Amino acid sequence: MPILNKLVIFDEQNINDSLKKALSIEPKDVVMEVRESGLKGRGGAGFPTGTKWMLASSANSKQKYVVCNADEGEPGTFKDRVLLDEYTKLVFEGMVIGGYAIGANKGFLYLRGEYRYLLDKLNSYLEQMRKENRLGNNILGTNFSFDIEIRLGSGAYVCGEESALIESLEGHRGEARNRPPFPVNTGYLGSPTIVNNVETFASVHIIIAKGAEWYSKHGTSKSTGTKLLSISGDCKKPGVYEVPFGITINEILKLVEAENTKAVQVGGASGTCIPKAEFERSISFEDISTGGSVIIFNETRSMLHILENFMEFFVEESCGQCTPCRIGNVKLLDGLKKIRKGECSLSYIHELIELGKSMQIASKCGLGQSSPNPFISIMTHFENEIFSQR
Amino acid sequence: MLVTEKNALTIEIEDLTKRFGNQRESLLPILQEVQLKHGHISDFAQQEIARLLDIHPVEVYGVVTFFSFLSTEPKGRFIVRLCQTISCDLAGKEAIAHTLEKELGIKFGETTQDKKFTLEYCNCIGMCDQGPALLINEQVFTKVTPSKVIDILKKFN
Amino acid sequence: MEKTQQSNRAPVSHQPLKVEKGNLGEIGSLVEVEINGIPYKVPIGTTILEACRMHNIHIPTLCYHEDLCLAGVCRVCVVEVDGMRVLPTSCTFPITNRIKVKTSSEKVRKARRHILDLLLSEHYGECYSCHRNGNCELQRLAKEYGVDSYKFGHVTERKHSIDKSSYSVIRDMDKCILCKRCVRTCIDLQEVGVLEATQRGDKTTISTFLDKPLADVICINCGQCINRCPTAALKANDPSDDIWAAIDDPDKHVVIQTAPSPRAGIGEEFGCEPGTSMTYKLNTALRMIGFDGIFDTNFTADLTIMEEGTELLLRLKKKLVDGDDSVKLPQFTSCSPGWIKFIEHFYPEHLDYLSSCKSPQQMFGSVIKTFYAQEKNIDPSKIVTVALMPCSAKKFECNRPEMTDSGFKDVDYGLTTREMAQMIREAGLNLPELQNSGFDEPFGDTGSGLIFGATGGVMESALRTAYELVTGRPVPFDNLQIIPCRGFEGVKEASVLLENVKPEWSFLEGVNLKFMIAHGTANAKKVMDALVRGELNDVHFVEIMACPGGCIGGGGQPIPTSPEIRQKRAELIYKEAEDLEINKSFENPTIKYIYEKFLTDGPCGHKSHELLHTHYVKRGKYID
Repeated sequence: MPILNKLVIFDEQNINDSLKKALSIEPKDVVMEVRESGLKGRGGAGFPTGTKWMLASSANSKQKYVVCNADEGEPGTFKDRVLLDEYTKLVFEGMVIGGYAIGANKGFLYLRGEYRYLLDKLNSYLEQMRKENRLGNNILGTNFSFDIEIRLGSGAYVCGEESALIESLEGHRGEARNRPPFPVNTGYLGSPTIVNNVETFASVHIIIAKGAEWYSKHGTSKSTGTKLLSISGDCKKPGVYEVPFGITINEILKLVEAENTKAVQVGGASGTCIPKAEFERSISFEDISTGGSVIIFNETRSMLHILENFMEFFVEESCGQCTPCRIGNVKLLDGLKKIRKGECSLSYIHELIELGKSMQIASKCGLGQSSPNPFISIMTHFENEIFSQR
Repeated sequence: MLVTEKNALTIEIEDLTKRFGNQRESLLPILQEVQLKHGHISDFAQQEIARLLDIHPVEVYGVVTFFSFLSTEPKGRFIVRLCQTISCDLAGKEAIAHTLEKELGIKFGETTQDKKFTLEYCNCIGMCDQGPALLINEQVFTKVTPSKVIDILKKFN
Repeated sequence: MEKTQQSNRAPVSHQPLKVEKGNLGEIGSLVEVEINGIPYKVPIGTTILEACRMHNIHIPTLCYHEDLCLAGVCRVCVVEVDGMRVLPTSCTFPITNRIKVKTSSEKVRKARRHILDLLLSEHYGECYSCHRNGNCELQRLAKEYGVDSYKFGHVTERKHSIDKSSYSVIRDMDKCILCKRCVRTCIDLQEVGVLEATQRGDKTTISTFLDKPLADVICINCGQCINRCPTAALKANDPSDDIWAAIDDPDKHVVIQTAPSPRAGIGEEFGCEPGTSMTYKLNTALRMIGFDGIFDTNFTADLTIMEEGTELLLRLKKKLVDGDDSVKLPQFTSCSPGWIKFIEHFYPEHLDYLSSCKSPQQMFGSVIKTFYAQEKNIDPSKIVTVALMPCSAKKFECNRPEMTDSGFKDVDYGLTTREMAQMIREAGLNLPELQNSGFDEPFGDTGSGLIFGATGGVMESALRTAYELVTGRPVPFDNLQIIPCRGFEGVKEASVLLENVKPEWSFLEGVNLKFMIAHGTANAKKVMDALVRGELNDVHFVEIMACPGGCIGGGGQPIPTSPEIRQKRAELIYKEAEDLEINKSFENPTIKYIYEKFLTDGPCGHKSHELLHTHYVKRGKYID
């Protein structure tokens, strides 16, 4: 399924020979270009890509790595699948450009196990790239060599977290690491590593093609460029859309022809639930940030049921190593089950919200830090509805 | 396990170490290959992998039990994984779940008597705009309806 | 101070930050950090926890342990750092630039309290009937944080069954709080690799390969995991009920042998500082409890030296005089049952390098039920031998089927230091307040056997005897203290030149007797791997102890353990040894007597071989 909506960044016309262009300038200038574009990570965390690349490129090490995070596991996210399937060139060449920028010779595409059906196609593409000298030794006649290996995930959402991803690449359980040190200094096998989302690499490709200035004209001052949203749920036209940062929820709902919308979950299970009253808010890093997942709920949907679904997800997907996430999520889910049985007081729910706030700051990684988000936002906005359900 | 089976498995794993390396980093690709070929990673396989990669068997076990798609126990030849996350849930996964249970004659978590199908839930597989969706081994099926279930299952012999 | 060998298996983020030249300024340079409003200067790379401990600022911890690689999983030690939204764990966060830290701000206190409530909500806490009641880190934290309600519920029923399969270590997973200390001990510290986290999410459990009972996997029973477990999830297999029954049975003659390491550690169970001697007070306690014979294991430690020293000289003779190249050198000590099981599992093809001598404990058992029974005219079938050991593996050892050379089970029970303390308390005694009293004859003490408790002690003992036997002179060290044998380095190597030897030992003239000492099975592995590679051809004698620090750090010793505590216990051992008159095994009058009267064909003779030597089992690593 193609990307819908008017393509801005991902317009065919913007896909040039960025690889050649990048290799013709200094690596540090590639990093500079990415920095000036204001590109922020497209996986959800939103870390400035240029800063990440700058830190990795200045790290002192013979061996460095590039990892493309295609473990797209956030509920409601499916934009990377489309990018990998239909904009393969952008992604892979973006990785090569990343390797060139930081001084790495090896890259991994960490493809989630559920997308295994894409494996043969992607491997064939890499073979083709090697034949065309766009991958492998002395790319396009320069003395820069870089190759990409595809590694599969095996069904663990937590491996979308960059340090847990690296752990699983190293043959360990996918348990997030202590940070600091960060992957840009100590990553895969202890070497500097950049881990970036599929869409981030694709965006880099276009930034190199059209320039940072052109890119930063789109979007808002703090959120440059455009964002791919994967929109699903109660709407007539679900799919992947390219939208400018700053777009409001109302505008999105119009785009996908959604009716009688009660709430919109932005950012997947680990995101926030936006009630009708806030539909004028916008998608951007400064307002409501997301890795791309937008799920639409209409008036007929039970918010308690939705919240249960999210919390069950986290209980199962938590890696289980740290106390707040492993046990905290269970307690949050148990609270919902108590509500179903009519055994839960409002004050206990408020206790759980306080627990959620502690989880948000004391958990070891992003999973535990954001799993309370839907609980807190849905409980806060839909308290009446939920408590009247028995 | 027969001695001949063990020998064959050892050779197979040795070949895998030649292909992927014999370092700890090679663990996940090797496990995935064994899982693909045998449908599970047996006790013996885990110990052979541990021996050839110079890690402890319990570490291999820890990794296998961590990931949803790796298993220490044999399952059906075809593993049906129905997405239970919210978008597919809202699109009608319950009806599909019902139909699957009736058609296969088993409950979720079980394997058919003839060891052909195992029925499991899984979490978001990234087909949220085309739900309900399910995986049978690596094959993806989207916009599944109760009537389509029967056709889909027929494809697997 | 001991530096624990940290395995490279731990992922890099679990190891302390390596400060390399250039990336963080000069090594050793100081960085300023503000903690709770007060500025301090600490070396760059120091973690927040270390910085606080340097300055007596208290931060509670749970999964952190000085001996182990970092984990950062319990989240109890979180602190607030200015400018960070999340609370980092102070045990893992290295200070590399000027930061402001608050160790008990409102956010921190709330988070810690929540974490405790969560732990308590999943912990099957039946404190009244728990052997760690009063010495449990979770209990301590709950008290510190004033927990007075189960905010998120409490477990009232068991979900797991207790794994009682092993003679030595018992696992109760209902009490586990997933701090992973046991995993880090078993995989990283000891490199045995029996325990690991399995499953994911709320189903995460610390388990063994295929969830098999502990007795069915390659656990070596060293009990290092027990020493480091903060709760009662791990414990040793306690036989004290049976021992009480034997003591209360007028028909039974119950004797106990006490080893030096429990005597150096048991004081800690009664609130004493580590390194407080309880040897002679213990004898009083044992008499009052009702033991019929109280003996010093040091006697059979000396016996082991005689046998093992002779064995070594015989091997050397075979090699150097008979030219027999099949003789296995170096000879490895065999008194550590954890080490024995380790080599049986991991290096089963190299068992012939082991000395065939039994451990002092087991030698004592055979001697008691034969020689002692004869001398004292007691029916050996009525004798119950108890061994007070710092060791959990000795429970397995005394149950080995071949340990029945006396015609009976040579040692009936292995009792740990902790269990002994418990029996003393049950008897209503306060150990530190008791009077001193001596051991029962004829098995008095020497200083040579006493130093067995510390790593390097067996070697030092053996050298004192062997050197003097061969040259006629005492070892060329002040006060016989062979300093190269002492200290906590993982693998120690040294040599002593044999020159001007006595005529009957002329084949050893000029031989540079090279020896190695290793403690902790990770270091044993290093030595064995070197052996397999053929790098130890010029080494003659190797002492290996399974536990870091040697027996003073054994799996039956008081909890907690730390490098500092083990250091103090070892210092006591060496000091006590100095105060004893006899510090060479062959000068022990009882040793002379037993060879005259009983083991009449001398060390390694026929009689000795029957009673004091053993064989080993090729176990291998494969689990069916």
